Amino acid sequence: MTLQASPESKTGTVAAPEEHTSAPADGQFAPELPDDAPKAYRVKSRRREAAETILPPVVLGMGVIGFWYYISFVVIDESRRFLMRPVHDVIDVGFLDSDNFTEMLSGLWSSAKVALIGLVIAISIGFFLATMMSQAKIVERAVFPFAVTLQAIPILAIVPLIGFWWGYGQTSRVVVCIIISLFPIIMNTLFGLLSADRAMHDLFTLHHANRVTRLRKLMFPAALPAIFAGLRISAGLSVIGAIVGDFFFGRGEVGIGQLLRRYANNLNGEELLAAVIMSSALGIVVFWTFGWLQNVIIGKWHETVQK
Amino acid sequence: MTTATTNGALSFDGIGMTFPDGTEALREITFSIDRGEFITVVGPSGCGKSTLLRIASGLLEPTAGSVAVDRDRLGYVFQDATLLPWRTVRQNIELLAELHGFDAGERKSLSTAAIELVGLEGFENHYPKSLSGGMKMRTSLARTLTLKPPVFLFDEPFGAVDEITREHLNEETQRLFQSEGFAGLFITHSIGEAVFMSTKVYVMSARPGRIVARFDVPFSYPRRPELRFEPDFALLSGEVSTALRGSYS
Repeated sequence: MTLQASPESKTGTVAAPEEHTSAPADGQFAPELPDDAPKAYRVKSRRREAAETILPPVVLGMGVIGFWYYISFVVIDESRRFLMRPVHDVIDVGFLDSDNFTEMLSGLWSSAKVALIGLVIAISIGFFLATMMSQAKIVERAVFPFAVTLQAIPILAIVPLIGFWWGYGQTSRVVVCIIISLFPIIMNTLFGLLSADRAMHDLFTLHHANRVTRLRKLMFPAALPAIFAGLRISAGLSVIGAIVGDFFFGRGEVGIGQLLRRYANNLNGEELLAAVIMSSALGIVVFWTFGWLQNVIIGKWHETVQK
Repeated sequence: MTTATTNGALSFDGIGMTFPDGTEALREITFSIDRGEFITVVGPSGCGKSTLLRIASGLLEPTAGSVAVDRDRLGYVFQDATLLPWRTVRQNIELLAELHGFDAGERKSLSTAAIELVGLEGFENHYPKSLSGGMKMRTSLARTLTLKPPVFLFDEPFGAVDEITREHLNEETQRLFQSEGFAGLFITHSIGEAVFMSTKVYVMSARPGRIVARFDVPFSYPRRPELRFEPDFALLSGEVSTALRGSYS
């Protein structure tokens, strides 16, 4: 846009779409726009915006529950209804029966601890490896194929091997969590460390910054957004690892995985569905927690963090 | 090679640069800049102007010739503001002092002075994402000013801001040049900017870059914005423009 208004724009002969494209997207000029202006430029009320955010998932959720009832009562014959218990039965037995609910909560807590320990170890290993890889190309070349291999191993295929080596208790579960969550941490951290642009590196070079200073003041902070993206993925994977590990290694503390297995074996349909819901809830809580952490730590300065 | 010599704060002696792929970027560049001189090099895009600055700063080794400059406290303003997004304006401005090992108290007084010099008072705690292009550039200038550099290199720093902001930044740069007394080497392809700020304007040819014309700019400092509309200014700009057109062939 030029600074001076051209005669055409005063007399209004400029094509309308052009005017719209040059209007700032933040809606500053919105009140002056005609009713048929593109939707994006109209200012929405806060309430309407909130409704538009909340309503769609609520409607979809109600649809899913309706479909669930439809299957329970219409599709499945009464004699086979244990396969898909209706929603209110699941709530009754799974969440409102305090014995069942306490059992699931303690199982969930046990699995959450395993996931957390595994994640912390994976973060330590991942940060260390990524830092080394960022400092020396030769380390990156050496480690990279193995990191990819680690990612490619189907976790179920090595679960028996892990049990074979580390027994069927807590240690093996933690090992499963580490293996499953390590790759995204290594890759995202490495990508982040290498993301600082050349001019910034030049700036540090010009002022004789050493390796540690460069890492601490430039590469590591620049890596934070990518690191958080990796953490959100890895945290979710670690929860899955803890549950899968628990499912297969029946010894030690009873986690949600062992409960899932027992409910399935005993055909406790209500408890099984409730436990599945609880497991997903744990995953969601973990995902939110890291999103929240990300906002607290880098939200002030990072461009794309959503408020 | 990196020690200051008596014949100028920064001097190039027969600089040539041929990149490994065979591109000859610079040929036989020889000139020097004293303290109190502000030389602007104008030239077509891709003529190797920025390469010359990278050589001056030691980021790049020339394939021929030598540079004499004290690189301990070299000022270098990049094309982009290159601010660290996770640091506030003040923290960004203190970065270089931090890298040079100044303690917290010294950093604070250096940054306060620099913030005042570029007129960023009130924005100390803003993060770069909330600054305009011009304010980012001011922050970048202030960051360099904290070192009180005897030699100041500018790599087309105002290319990305709008015309009016650019004129304001030009006025401030010549004011800083006057008050700080550094030796300035400025790269641009804007003739108006070159003539307005500099004591001398050099024209560089298309690749391989050579200095093909040298102009003295006689106007006294401080230069007022209205200088841009005076006949002498237009005349000199015209001469530079003619030389620059010739350099394209």
